[in-house]
Amino acid sequence: MGQVASRIEEKLKAALSPAHVEVSDESHLHAGHVGARPEGETHFRVVVVAASFEGVSRLERQRRVMDVLSDELSGPVHALAIRARAPSEEQA
Amino acid sequence: MSDIDNIIKAEIDSAEIVLFMKGTPVFPQCGFSGQVVQILSHIGAPFKGVNVLEDDGLRDGIKTFSNWPTIPQLYVKGAFVGGCDIIREMFEEGELRPFLAEQGIELD
Repeated sequence: MGQVASRIEEKLKAALSPAHVEVSDESHLHAGHVGARPEGETHFRVVVVAASFEGVSRLERQRRVMDVLSDELSGPVHALAIRARAPSEEQA
Repeated sequence: MSDIDNIIKAEIDSAEIVLFMKGTPVFPQCGFSGQVVQILSHIGAPFKGVNVLEDDGLRDGIKTFSNWPTIPQLYVKGAFVGGCDIIREMFEEGELRPFLAEQGIELD
């Protein structure tokens, strides 16, 4: 896992105590696009399953994730796709 | 409010559904903007696209206005609904049509 990816994972774990967290670096899918850098680590997808999301609106969940990663978003990360779920929604 | 805030407010009020996006509905210049265009078109929701790439003031201003760091951003009847992830989730879970219908928007 790259440096940026591991920092994202550490920050999410520390701030949201998620039951499950997944960070995927999808930069290779965007090679050559605006915002892509040759060294990669620009486009990420995160899945965060946290009990604290229970009963919280979609907007508020996304805001919480983006707040945790605000340094990354204003720095190396060009795009971040977020799936923020409560544990009860994942038991399908 | 600053000038750019006034311009943004006027854009948001200029149509029932307004999408701030990179590129135009016909030629989206970003995959995330393109996904929202596809979803809105698929459910037959009429919307106005505002290309933030045409104006740096707008591109930065919309992020401050909504306190949301990314584009696209979808507004319905003047209220911020979300970005690409939220619109896609609402669509996939069958909530987008009912939501728009509740807002009094007619779908084609």
